[in-house]
Amino acid sequence: MFYEPHMLESIKRVEATRNERLGQQFPRLTADEKAALLKGYHPDYKAGTMRELAVGPNMGDRVPHELADLLEGQSRIDPDAVDLSRADFDVDILVIGGGGAGTSAALLAHARGASVLLATKLRLGDANTMMAQGGIQAADKPSDSPAIHYLDVMGGGGFQNIPELVRALTHDAPSAMKWLEDLGAMFDKEPDGTMVSIHGGGTSRRRMHSARDYSGAEIMRTLRDEFRNQKIQHLEFASAVELVLDTKGQCAGAILYDMETDEYRLARAKVVILATGGMGRLHVQQFPCTNHYGATADGLVIAYRAGARMVFMDAIQYHPTGVAYPEQIVGQLVTEKVRGLGAQLVNDQGRRFIFDLETRDTVSAAIIRECQERGHGVRTNTGMVGVWLDSPMIEILRGPGTIAKALPAMMRQYQRFDIDMRNLPILIYPTQHYQNGGLLINDQGETGIPNLFAAGEVSGGVHGRNRLMGNSLLDILVFGRRAGVAAAERVSKVAQGDLRLDHVRSYQARLGEAGKGTGRPSPMLLPNYVRLETIERTGEAARAA
Amino acid sequence: MAAEHAMVRFYLMGKPHDVPKGLTIQKAMEYAGFRLLRGCGCRGGFCGACGTVYRTPGDYRLKVGLACQTVVEDQMFLALIPFYPAVKSTYRVEDLPPTSDTLISLYPEILRCVGCNSCRKVCPQEIEVMRYIAAAQRGDIAKVADLSFDCLMCGLCASRCPAEIVQYNVAILARRLYACHVALPAAHLAARVEEIGRGVCEADLDAMVAAHEAELRRLYAAREIEPEEL
Repeated sequence: MFYEPHMLESIKRVEATRNERLGQQFPRLTADEKAALLKGYHPDYKAGTMRELAVGPNMGDRVPHELADLLEGQSRIDPDAVDLSRADFDVDILVIGGGGAGTSAALLAHARGASVLLATKLRLGDANTMMAQGGIQAADKPSDSPAIHYLDVMGGGGFQNIPELVRALTHDAPSAMKWLEDLGAMFDKEPDGTMVSIHGGGTSRRRMHSARDYSGAEIMRTLRDEFRNQKIQHLEFASAVELVLDTKGQCAGAILYDMETDEYRLARAKVVILATGGMGRLHVQQFPCTNHYGATADGLVIAYRAGARMVFMDAIQYHPTGVAYPEQIVGQLVTEKVRGLGAQLVNDQGRRFIFDLETRDTVSAAIIRECQERGHGVRTNTGMVGVWLDSPMIEILRGPGTIAKALPAMMRQYQRFDIDMRNLPILIYPTQHYQNGGLLINDQGETGIPNLFAAGEVSGGVHGRNRLMGNSLLDILVFGRRAGVAAAERVSKVAQGDLRLDHVRSYQARLGEAGKGTGRPSPMLLPNYVRLETIERTGEAARAA
Repeated sequence: MAAEHAMVRFYLMGKPHDVPKGLTIQKAMEYAGFRLLRGCGCRGGFCGACGTVYRTPGDYRLKVGLACQTVVEDQMFLALIPFYPAVKSTYRVEDLPPTSDTLISLYPEILRCVGCNSCRKVCPQEIEVMRYIAAAQRGDIAKVADLSFDCLMCGLCASRCPAEIVQYNVAILARRLYACHVALPAAHLAARVEEIGRGVCEADLDAMVAAHEAELRRLYAAREIEPEEL
């Protein structure tokens, strides 16, 4: 695998402008310029891609069709067929989801003496946390403060973020980092212990901490190792297909589905923490995505049916730098750290068109404009289009060997396809990356449903309409920890009624009355990548649904 | 459809499937009709769910790759190894000294290494696994941590080890020991946590929360940007 001849021609132009670009400051956009760029080219503003929800707490709010299809889908269970009198598991706290938020919540709740069951759809640690590369923000240097971090978060989110959540995020960031340091997570440090930190898009201080470009993996495997040391009860390949409420309208557990044996089990709990992650694998507007296989919005679906409200579900994050070439890994992430270390975005002529560390929504819109309107993208032989990320600049700016040391995962990803990003630029295009919104929570992680907490990507509000790099790893830790603590404190106060699934019946009935049911089995659980032809050939049309 | 593409034939656990040239093993399986559960995780080379072993004609060697990052080849004979039984010790990392005694007491089998280098040959990340096990034996915790850092914990090393070592669990213990006891703590981080504990940051945060959008926009536009440090 190597670049096609016309791509190499374009690379010559990139190399020709490199010296002149090295010291060049590219102007940042003004607020008005940014607003106009987003409105013109960000996919969120594309007509015909969203619809108003027909029923439920967000009735009338616009969400992407792909999500609406699931929110207005068909429950996987028949409430009348479920025996709610006998629980297979009976615990203080049920954590649904085994990524960074769920694992953090379980660790904190367990440490406070609660009995915890963690159920997760695939393996413990199979989550977007594991894939986060670039880093985690925390205002822990003398030149920085939580208030400065707060302002960056608000500006990045379009000043729409929920203030109490941003306060919690930035206030707890240093404590979350200290917790990880004490657990033995191996962050990049100077010999004297000082954390190495760089800029990310939209930061006013260098507060991006990293563990090479395996930042999320290092955090996740450390949390998972500690979780296993604590011997906390957990079920793998067990997805939650409905929440269970009680006669008082409180959350009281979930129906778990064993992905391997097709069995359904009832887990009763005094408190439930939902940490199921986002919706990347819905491929909104048919974008490729950076996300984990299981990122199918399951938690949103079951919580919405139970009456939880969502916010900012019309704000999807497209990461500016997804792989556009080679074809085999199209859509996979090229971490923002590549730009943080000095690589510039340039078009087919080797010309810059945007300040590289604007916020992600803005950079993505600029790339789309460059390729779709201005015709300055580079087209591959499979029809993908993209712009160059001039990675060799990193070695020029920061010295030979920087990429091997700071970006080993990226270098390896490209080397597998015989592309050496130390010497040649890489071709990128925006890719679906993150749901900026999610379930509305308060600063303790509680949703509007009593005894139902949510943490991590499934929750929303803290990032407003656009999350900054490094605030997702932070989000899962801060709100995972807060939810774990708050849930453990809640346990002794819960007076539970009898268990009910009436909310499933009534939601389906309202959907039927509105004539809006899609009939899609939901939650989706896993995407279906079996090609349509194969499905038709094998007569498994039902499986394609 | 099929006529437009050059096709290749691969054998999944012995059974042939014809797929277009150029797909990853993971996408080739999906093309062939498999809906994956085990053996599929992040789909991006970070989670270690899809460790794959394969052989190609005319070559006795066992080859390896991640199904999500390896292109399927004609006549490839492959199997995924999504799980391999492992031993894992439990411990309180904060109480353990970062020494060879710690590693040997929790994982005594590391002394059984016969130096065959099978672990290195089977690592899809090309990590120097045998070298870090040697470093573990002599208590060079920093070396183990550094050499093993890019490990995905896919388990292929353990599957091939004649000494029955679970290398990746030794490695994560060593990394945690290193970060906890060998690397110096970040003084600026401890200082900030202490300040927050004393309530030093509350007033500024409260002022931010109380600020109206227009005021926040003004402050945001006037932000000083800390220069890059090169």
